Amino acid sequence: MFLSWLPENVSSFGRDIDGIIALVYYITLAWFVVTMGTLVVFVVRYRRRPGRPAGYIKGDRWREAAWVLVPLALVLVLDFWIDFKGARVWAKVKIEAPQSDVVIRVTGKQFNWVITYPGPDGRFDTADDRTLLDELHIPAGRPVRLTLESKDVIHSFFLPNLRLKQDVLPGRSIPAWLDAMTPGQYELPCAYLCGLGHSGMKGALVAHAPADWDRWVAEQWAADRTARR
Amino acid sequence: MSPATLAAARAPEHRAAAGFFRTYLYATDHKMIAKQYLLLGLVMALVGGFLSYAMRWQLAWPDTEVPGFGFVGPETFNVLVTNHGTIMVFFVAMPILLGSFGNFLIPLMIGARDMAFPRLNALSFWLLALGSAVVVASFFVPGGAASAGWTGYPPLSAKTEYTGVDWGLNLWLLAHAIEFAAFLLGGVNFLTTVVTLRAPGLTVGRLPLVIWQQATAAILFLLSVGPLIAGAIMLLMDRLAGTGFFLPERGGEPLLWQHLFWFFGHPEVYVVLLPALGAVLEVFPVFSRKPIFGYRLIVWATLVAGALSFVVWAHHMFVSGMDPRLAMPFSITTILISVPFALAVFAMLASLYRGSIAFELPMLWGLGFLAMFTVGGLTGIFLGSAPADIYLNGTYFVVAHFHYTLISAVIFGGYAGIYYWFPKMFGRMLGTRLGHVHFWSTLVFFNLVFFPLHWIGIAGMVRRIANPLQYDLVAPHQWINVVSTVALFGLILSQLVFLLNFGLSQWRGRAAPGNPWEAATLEWTTPSPPPHGNWGDAMPSVERGPYEYSVPGAGRDWLPQRVGAAGAGGRS
Repeated sequence: MFLSWLPENVSSFGRDIDGIIALVYYITLAWFVVTMGTLVVFVVRYRRRPGRPAGYIKGDRWREAAWVLVPLALVLVLDFWIDFKGARVWAKVKIEAPQSDVVIRVTGKQFNWVITYPGPDGRFDTADDRTLLDELHIPAGRPVRLTLESKDVIHSFFLPNLRLKQDVLPGRSIPAWLDAMTPGQYELPCAYLCGLGHSGMKGALVAHAPADWDRWVAEQWAADRTARR
Repeated sequence: MSPATLAAARAPEHRAAAGFFRTYLYATDHKMIAKQYLLLGLVMALVGGFLSYAMRWQLAWPDTEVPGFGFVGPETFNVLVTNHGTIMVFFVAMPILLGSFGNFLIPLMIGARDMAFPRLNALSFWLLALGSAVVVASFFVPGGAASAGWTGYPPLSAKTEYTGVDWGLNLWLLAHAIEFAAFLLGGVNFLTTVVTLRAPGLTVGRLPLVIWQQATAAILFLLSVGPLIAGAIMLLMDRLAGTGFFLPERGGEPLLWQHLFWFFGHPEVYVVLLPALGAVLEVFPVFSRKPIFGYRLIVWATLVAGALSFVVWAHHMFVSGMDPRLAMPFSITTILISVPFALAVFAMLASLYRGSIAFELPMLWGLGFLAMFTVGGLTGIFLGSAPADIYLNGTYFVVAHFHYTLISAVIFGGYAGIYYWFPKMFGRMLGTRLGHVHFWSTLVFFNLVFFPLHWIGIAGMVRRIANPLQYDLVAPHQWINVVSTVALFGLILSQLVFLLNFGLSQWRGRAAPGNPWEAATLEWTTPSPPPHGNWGDAMPSVERGPYEYSVPGAGRDWLPQRVGAAGAGGRS
């Protein structure tokens, strides 16, 4: 009912996020079936019939209250199960970023993603930086670190196929990381209302296979190498 | 003279002498003020509904002319989403569920002649009317109405250059300030009335649950709204006086607004939900002829949910850029809030067990509330889980979720209350034939509008985009947007059936007896509609709890709360 609507996942942590969504889905589905089933059974069975009075049950004694308190304890246990499973996934995606030699700066602005590569010197804001508009090229199969910024208002960096979302704020550099296990091109919409051009503000993530990535990097910085020679 | 006899002395004949102005405009009678709130809420619901019609048309058939509205496009679309949200939450849900229900029910159910401060009450209403007028007026100023979302996040909302909206957004902020002032005064009035004006014998343990819920809602609002009023003034200063509370280039912090907004915003959800839940909790015992199951447990659950609502706000901000280590604590409190609400749901189910359930219209709406609210509550668990929210945040899954919670409250809970108390409020029975058409069509169309939106959200459609066809992941599922929009036409038409029924029943409806449902609470011991001052010469006193139905050996299946009413005929 819900899970089959998820788009294809290509990131390593996306599997974990889908796992949490599936866990919550099966738990809530079970509660839905039990609750609605009880509702339907009660409504049919205890509909008004002449000559059959209602019971006088106030639920103020422990024995009666147990009817709701026992299921409630189960709710509490399941809640904690979801929390503990979730805490690990959250930490993996948002806190414990793996090391990477690829660092890219993504700057949101009305209404584009500005992608900046530090170039061979590994430092931003130097002459060998390369800047692209709405195209984020990465090597597939290994982690990539991002620095997320905004020039004006709040935008949200969203890669549905990687299950990654992070708002970007002016005045801040927010670290993030991602990986794409399958080479290909993936949609990169802005997920937070950012003004007139919000609808249609989107870029593309291009994940290159290893050989393809080396070729792309060589092309980008070919001019620098010629200049240095 | 004792206060009671003083009150009795000034009560009768007041209304007969009053002219049109005192009766309908400068009214201080809580019942008239309740009707004013109801009317205002319904009128604003037409405005908010019209905006949703234009919005959903644009989503189904982007950039085509909307019949009766005109061309939408991205600029107007942002205005529509923003004001649809603002109007429905602040100028429809709150006036109807708090303003109207609270004003009508509190004095009648606790045995008072009026609210504690009748003139303050009138002031509250007229402030709200002024706030509503300001919101509507904001559409007609140069630059158009606010378009920064109903949450108004800065910097987008803090500088004219980011949206092109100038005075529209200032007026939007001003309307909020007026609205908050109105409900602050109202909340003080509600609490004072419940605390000081209860009839003799009406201990807090005998209060009808809807009064508990109204009072808790009033407390939540009073405690939470302060930070947002401060935030709104700071934002207005950023726009008008060149301050930079929320602008990083002037040393400010955009996230501060989100904390202030949601510190208010999450309790606000329960400010709307609790009165609706309360109305349904009144309806269940009457139409299953059983005491409510677990009165004390429900009261405790209400208070616990209210307290928890103050420590969950950052679940709206998991991916906002706040410190990621904050997410799990807020995720845990958020998911914990399922416990008190699960208790309420279980208690309602247990109240049906071995009941004698009559499917009168208020009960149908009450059962609809239970079913729809369960869906909204369960989908909330997805969003409360911080890792799942990384993906689902800002998608249509969120839109579907909060419409299942808010519409279950405002539409299903609200109509449960309106159908139940209509005879008392207007002295006529609401027509049942149109009522059934209204209920069943609303149930079907509501689910057709909103359930498929879960799917398109999971598929990756983000909120507040004017044209879904621009997105490769969404375009293949565009049929969902078409289905949802067509169903919305049905949902809106269903509400017109209600308005027709409401109008027709006002003068063609069967005259309502004092107690048409054989209910036990105090308000049903007055004539329908109750006179000014409510109780004539005999102030009520109370001898038992509010839900004494099917008491063994009682002779008939209900015992009224009011002393001396047990001997009176049922449908007198």
